[in-house]
Amino acid sequence: MAQTLIEKILAKAAGRTRVQKGEIVFVSPHRILSHDNSAAISKIFKQIGAPAVWDPKRIIIALDHAVPPPDERKALNHKIIREFVQEHNIEHFYDCGTGICHQVLPENGHVIPGTIIFGADSHTTTHGAFGAAGIPIGRTETASVWAIGKTWLKVPETIKIILTGHLKKGVYAKDVILFLIGQIGASGANYKSVEFSGDTVSRMSISERMTLCNLSAEMGAKAGMVAFDETARDWLDKRVQEDYEPLSADDNAEYEKTFEYNLEELGPQVACPHKVDNVRSIIDLPHTNIDVALLGTCTNGRLDDLKIAAKIMEGKSVAPSVRFLVYPASRSVLQDALRLGYIEKLVAAGAQLAVPSCGPCLGAYGGILAPEENCISTANRNFKGRMGCKQDTGIYLASPSTVAHSALAGHITDGARR
Amino acid sequence: MKLEGRVWIFKNDDINTDLIYPGKYTYEPLSPKEQASHAMEDYDPDFSQEIKKHDIIVTGNNFGCGSSREQAVTCLKHAGIEAIIASSFARLFYRNAINSAFAIVECPRLVESLFEKIEKTGSTRTDFLISIDLSKGRIFSESREFSFPSWDEQAVQIFKSGGLVEFTKQILRGMPS
Repeated sequence: MAQTLIEKILAKAAGRTRVQKGEIVFVSPHRILSHDNSAAISKIFKQIGAPAVWDPKRIIIALDHAVPPPDERKALNHKIIREFVQEHNIEHFYDCGTGICHQVLPENGHVIPGTIIFGADSHTTTHGAFGAAGIPIGRTETASVWAIGKTWLKVPETIKIILTGHLKKGVYAKDVILFLIGQIGASGANYKSVEFSGDTVSRMSISERMTLCNLSAEMGAKAGMVAFDETARDWLDKRVQEDYEPLSADDNAEYEKTFEYNLEELGPQVACPHKVDNVRSIIDLPHTNIDVALLGTCTNGRLDDLKIAAKIMEGKSVAPSVRFLVYPASRSVLQDALRLGYIEKLVAAGAQLAVPSCGPCLGAYGGILAPEENCISTANRNFKGRMGCKQDTGIYLASPSTVAHSALAGHITDGARR
Repeated sequence: MKLEGRVWIFKNDDINTDLIYPGKYTYEPLSPKEQASHAMEDYDPDFSQEIKKHDIIVTGNNFGCGSSREQAVTCLKHAGIEAIIASSFARLFYRNAINSAFAIVECPRLVESLFEKIEKTGSTRTDFLISIDLSKGRIFSESREFSFPSWDEQAVQIFKSGGLVEFTKQILRGMPS
């Protein structure tokens, strides 16, 4: 019987030729990632009492959440992780400042198509951009995989999303995925795998595909993937040292649902407080003043995102009422953006440039909102209190272009005159 | 295995992990008691003071959506919550709960019947009593009986072992050294 992409990946990871929907399989990941939560995971790993980690080459740790640590407790948390890394010879450890785990892994060639990437972070779905199944798991489960190298998964149903048409000027992958989340809903892909396809997706860069797959987590997806193609090959061949075997869905594979959208008329989208599926076209939004504009995160902190914003902001100034925060997704992104002059333009316009990290996205520290403040953000969640303060705050999610235009104007806008 | 308790109704869908356990505490090594004191802080600030041991939460669709943070499960467990009955759970919350041997039950019909009794959305402490028979897949509530589907076999094994830490220890003991 014909199989979907996730079925093929799970079968391969389980050492089988095929799997059935609904079946439980034990699978081994190609890589397993974790971040600042690695200290807590190491504590559980000690409770389990395994003599050694399963494979020090496949366990990857990148410190990205509380970076650099703002207080003693968080600094100690990092210290515990460094000691664990030493003790267990974890080969690939990326200390503070390298970048966000979902950016650092592919940049360093750790993600290959046709495999499973487990991650102790809900946005592990990002790795679907490379035709891999990025599957998020919790801390205890990560500790268990560190010990025994495998865990169980139920073979999920797959939703196919076909996207067609050229996007209008000023409309980006972020607008596309916000639109889809609005259509499909916050639980629309719960427990399911999502395959993105169609000519719109084929034209997208790796960075844009990462945005798409990253946010499939906000539909509840177990994995969100784009099939491997020449675009992925070009990107990976510059970074990956090992051989890989891409997999693709069979033409007549069975999907639970298929959604098809022509995106030629789509305009810029905004996810309004306090749910990611509360999505509106920007033209339907009432006048909304903002206090903070955030450009960055694993969703939209890459070179093309900074480029879009820099182009919009060149020679202009951020509105006096706005704090404009820029968090590149990695050191490599920051270096490229410096070399290409994007950072110069953003800082000249009034940006507060920060160390590559998750930053204020989850309110751990830095860029926290005050009561009654609004933020326009390129991040991935707008839950109440997400950016550290719940008292009458509002987080609006949008593309880097909309964030840049809004930072200049002081209110939410895509820059178009209407 | 039977569980019994008084009901809290959270009459909302999509109650996310930031509402259950705010992100600002996620990377602090907090004790179980400290974790419990922040449970549901951004949803119902009085919840952690008013909760009684063995209370059961009844809520809508997609409970626990958002982050992979396991404290969303453990803060409720440490606070004394006996079980959560929801119309549905987000995938990560579901797995984290099983891995922590915390009872979660999907039973949309029961949720609907209790939601009808409460006008307001949000959090309400009630005097309704519920009992859950986990092995038989039965819930008894207000003289009505509901059934719910059993978990996947693997989930049952992990839950019965007392959680994934214990289950992994068993696997390790069986592995050639």
